[in-house]
Amino acid sequence: MDPVGEERFALRLEHLTVRYGDGCALCLAERAQAARARQSGNRCPRCGTVWAARDVSLKVREGEILGVVGESGSGKSTLTQALYLDIDPAGGAYYLSSYERGERDVFTVSPQQRKYVRGQLLGMVYQNPHLGLRMRFSASANVAEKLLAAGSRHVGFMMERTNALLAHMEVPVSRVKEPPRYFSGGMQQRVQIAKAVANNPPVLLLDEVTTGLDLSVQARVLDLVKSVQRDFGVTMIVVSHDLAVVRMLADRTVVMLNGQIVEEGITDQIMEDPQHVYTQTLVNSLLL
Amino acid sequence: MLSVEKLSKEFIIHTRRGIRIPGFANVSFEVTAGSLLAVTGPSGIGKSSLLKCIYRTYLPTEGRILYEAQNGETVDLAAAGDWEVLALRRSEIGYVSQFFHVMPRVSMMDILTEPLTARGLEKEEARERAARMLSRAGLGQTLWEMYPATFSGGEKQRLNILRAIITKPRFLLLDEPTASLDSGYKSRIMDMILELKGEGTAMIGVFHDRDALAVLSDARYDFEGQQPLGGVTGALGECIR
Repeated sequence: MDPVGEERFALRLEHLTVRYGDGCALCLAERAQAARARQSGNRCPRCGTVWAARDVSLKVREGEILGVVGESGSGKSTLTQALYLDIDPAGGAYYLSSYERGERDVFTVSPQQRKYVRGQLLGMVYQNPHLGLRMRFSASANVAEKLLAAGSRHVGFMMERTNALLAHMEVPVSRVKEPPRYFSGGMQQRVQIAKAVANNPPVLLLDEVTTGLDLSVQARVLDLVKSVQRDFGVTMIVVSHDLAVVRMLADRTVVMLNGQIVEEGITDQIMEDPQHVYTQTLVNSLLL
Repeated sequence: MLSVEKLSKEFIIHTRRGIRIPGFANVSFEVTAGSLLAVTGPSGIGKSSLLKCIYRTYLPTEGRILYEAQNGETVDLAAAGDWEVLALRRSEIGYVSQFFHVMPRVSMMDILTEPLTARGLEKEEARERAARMLSRAGLGQTLWEMYPATFSGGEKQRLNILRAIITKPRFLLLDEPTASLDSGYKSRIMDMILELKGEGTAMIGVFHDRDALAVLSDARYDFEGQQPLGGVTGALGECIR
């Protein structure tokens, strides 16, 4: 059916498990896990261990936009943090086609290599700009930092590149020397996007990029994300609790509940003909 | 080019204690290249659901949708993987929805040129082709750089059709494409659809408009004759009772 094979996957995540707590005999027993998730959410009733992600597997094709939806606490942010190597998973394997041709598990690499993967092969836009930006440095310094980390040393080149990127993200040239703490939320988000794409990473992770922004600013950020995908051809994972955002951006969508993926499919099919009871509830609660 | 075999769709509404709502059942027909099959029947009988199943916005419950792709392979759209369906949508299957969804802040011109440039056409060439089609459809140059959110219903509908036919898909699904157009624009749009059909595109359409039905269709699939279920509305009423 599929002649292209594995190499066209930009990213493969296999059986990711993240837990907070040591687990006990009860919740470590794999076969019981799925059943338990249905009964008691993602917290073990005996030892209190929280299973933030349980056996999550993903494949994302090159150039594809994958949407991740789910309610608060369903494991969406845990998933992005694991993909950006912010947290250590309890189990699972993670392959990037841009790293050792997708043959080496990125979860197991050395700290130096991990830094390289985060700096060069992945871009991250956090929901909270404070996590992604240094608020006391200028906007251009924020972007340049990423270029420096990539080994760029030519100041002229870095200036040119940062200014071009920030202009592309509609940050006015007159303000690039100001620190982002003086910027509005939407502008901070756009600086984050500029920073995230500075090194042309093949994979970009977006965690709730439009949450907390007003509607007109949301629209601008969404346009920007779409144009970034078009112009840079990056693979994206868009995490959002806002189904409209995902519908607008994503080719395929996965639905998370209690740290597990309960449904995945083509985005319009997930929205218009959801199969899982939770997805139906989610779609029905949409305000149209 | 397309052969639908015993296709059925049933919706299971888990949020209503798992009641089952029949969409349509046991539909079979064939569509050949360069012809249009019109699906007819009263409102709520499952015409749009059928189109959505073929486009895979809905997952069919039973049956097969055998599509002969450009590369000569036959794909069962009812069972094909997501990526395969997405690839076909990108390259050869078009769909004109009954209602038009727009991206905010994307100009009309960009909406039309984007699918072309994504297929590797030069930007200038894409703009030229889009401009020709827009003029033909009676959408004046003053509108080209505007965002369609503010357009009238008829303007949106025309844009919606243009977006689907500008790429000259091999297979096109049309859900009430002429519903909100006045007679002048309707005939222009019908001309464009006829032209595309003449170039070999296979089509399935739903029309309430009799003129469009008479002019465009080569064959018909009538839901009322084929369908003993009594339609969604009747069945739904029973479920709720």
